[in-house]
Amino acid sequence: MQKDSLLPTGKGPRPPHPAQAQGGTRDGAAAGPWREPDPDAAISIRGLVKRYGTATAVDGLDLDIHRGEIFALLGPNGAGKTTTVEICEGFRRRDGGEVRVLGTDPAEASRRWKAQLGIVLQSGAGDSQLTCRELVRAEASYHADPRDPDEVLELVGLTEKADARGRLLSGGQRRRLDVALGIVGRPTLLFLDEPTTGFDPEARRQFWSLIRSLRDLGTTMLLTTHYLDEAEALADRVGVIAHGRLVEVAVPAALGGRGQAPAVVSWTEDGVRRTADTATPTAFVRELATRFPGEVPDLAVARPTLEDVYLRMIGHEQ
Amino acid sequence: MTTTTSRTDVVLPPLTRVYRSRASVELKEFFRQRESVVFTLLFPVILLGVFGAVLDYDIGAGVSFTQYFMAGIIAAGILGASLQNMAISIATERSDGTLKHLAGTPMPKSAYFIGKVVQVLAVTVLIIVVLLAVGGLAYGVPLPSGSDWVTFAWVAALGAAACTLLGIAVSSLARNGRSASAMVTPIALVLQFISGVFFQFSQVPTWMQTIASLFPLKWMAQGLRSVFLPDVLAAQEPAGSWELDRVALVLGLWCVAGLVLCVLTFRWQDR
Ligand SMILES: Nc1ncnc2c1ncn2[C@@H]1O[C@H](COP(=O)(O)OP(=O)(O)OP(=O)(O)O)[C@@H](O)[C@H]1O
Ligand SMILES: [Mg+2]
Repeated sequence: MQKDSLLPTGKGPRPPHPAQAQGGTRDGAAAGPWREPDPDAAISIRGLVKRYGTATAVDGLDLDIHRGEIFALLGPNGAGKTTTVEICEGFRRRDGGEVRVLGTDPAEASRRWKAQLGIVLQSGAGDSQLTCRELVRAEASYHADPRDPDEVLELVGLTEKADARGRLLSGGQRRRLDVALGIVGRPTLLFLDEPTTGFDPEARRQFWSLIRSLRDLGTTMLLTTHYLDEAEALADRVGVIAHGRLVEVAVPAALGGRGQAPAVVSWTEDGVRRTADTATPTAFVRELATRFPGEVPDLAVARPTLEDVYLRMIGHEQ
Repeated sequence: MTTTTSRTDVVLPPLTRVYRSRASVELKEFFRQRESVVFTLLFPVILLGVFGAVLDYDIGAGVSFTQYFMAGIIAAGILGASLQNMAISIATERSDGTLKHLAGTPMPKSAYFIGKVVQVLAVTVLIIVVLLAVGGLAYGVPLPSGSDWVTFAWVAALGAAACTLLGIAVSSLARNGRSASAMVTPIALVLQFISGVFFQFSQVPTWMQTIASLFPLKWMAQGLRSVFLPDVLAAQEPAGSWELDRVALVLGLWCVAGLVLCVLTFRWQDR
């Protein structure tokens, strides 16, 4: 049971994912020539289309998620995140395109294939009269080599609620239980559809460190979230989806040309707040420093936040 | 087609372990839910108490109505433990996402149904035992004897099987547990009135008897009357006999129809 324990062990950090070094790629947005799905990717999607009646929820989506990577899918309500994720999980049928998840078409899901997945649905795992511990144990019984249920409860911070019935949990506690059920089977690929909805700040930090230790074990994760700090803290790459299309895929630091965006330098001079946009903030600040005898008053250098570029991208789309 | 690199070395747990786990889940789900225990288990016992105290008249051959009612209330108890219980609990689990979550796990689908069957079986046996005990101790209804136990067993088993399958099928018609209950409770009540549970079947108007004979409850009650009543009272039945072959035939047909309906309609998630 201890061979890949998630409890703190003092293990060193993992080297960065290769995709991280590459910088911003646009393998999602570019309408390039048709490529076959990549059978070695954890998830490979080509030209995915999903319609509900006459409405098109997913409209020609291409995406590769590498093995071992944490990929965050961002996008406004109704953008098509859950639809895309649930097609990958085998819950919904697609109307067009190709999908491979761990080399298998999810429309032909087998038990062996599902045994490699962990699924945290946006809609949760249902009500129950069973206690948290009983529910995690039952879930563990569907797997040949599950994690220790009590350890999993500890990891999601539910040890104190282990003997409380599932239906009596608070909203955030219930969500933690969903995460516990998703990871107890030692998934190779973990889907997390808005996993931290309702988490308090401490629970969110605890969840982040859980996700990082899962990554250290080599777990691939597809995460959707509305919390941009979460995407920035966890994801190797983020994809922004709007109206069923991927607008951009990039490492968080490079999204929306964030890496190259001018920095904003601000300071106080003669009692007036001043700002300047500059592509060379270091040179600018060095020059600025010569105008003051000591510290530059109220000096700050800022890049656009992930939220700034995200809102700009979404704004353009709508 | 793309070459796949899907792994073939993934190990699955032994089926028996999953079946045991699901059986234990289903038993806990039922017995920890106050509404289901009161409604399914206690209600028939209360009815037996009330009817036994109020309608204690002689129906012929020195047999009290309570003894007649024993067959009917056991049939109604089986209906509640199987059809009503399945329709409501599965509709609830479908609308609250329990089923969808299970469908995303490597749990074999058969394990879900095995768990339900164990639940129905446990509840059915418990209802029968309690009803027999209360009937015997409070109202002196004699226990079946000799080969009547065999008839008792197959009528109860076949009836429970048919009604379980029908309940699973009916669950797909309802939006959630509440609507399943609103749909199935009145139907069950009407069937109980026209199938010889609360009144002697011979007193029900012929056209109602005809409607009742389309459904399993009438045949379960009739089969169980052959268990609890002396054979002279077979003369009061519409055909003048217990028609056990027909009981087996109709319940068997409902099993087949229920199975077909289940296979055609069962969904693991809301539409
Ligand atoms: N089962 C369904 N039937 C009809 N329309 C649907 C269905 N599921 C989703 N849709 C529609 O498809 C679009 C995409 O929905 P989806 O749930 O994928 O969005 P999302 O990006 O996950 O949004 P959110 O951030 O709110 O969870 C929405 O316009 C939604 O109304
Ligand atoms: Mg969603």
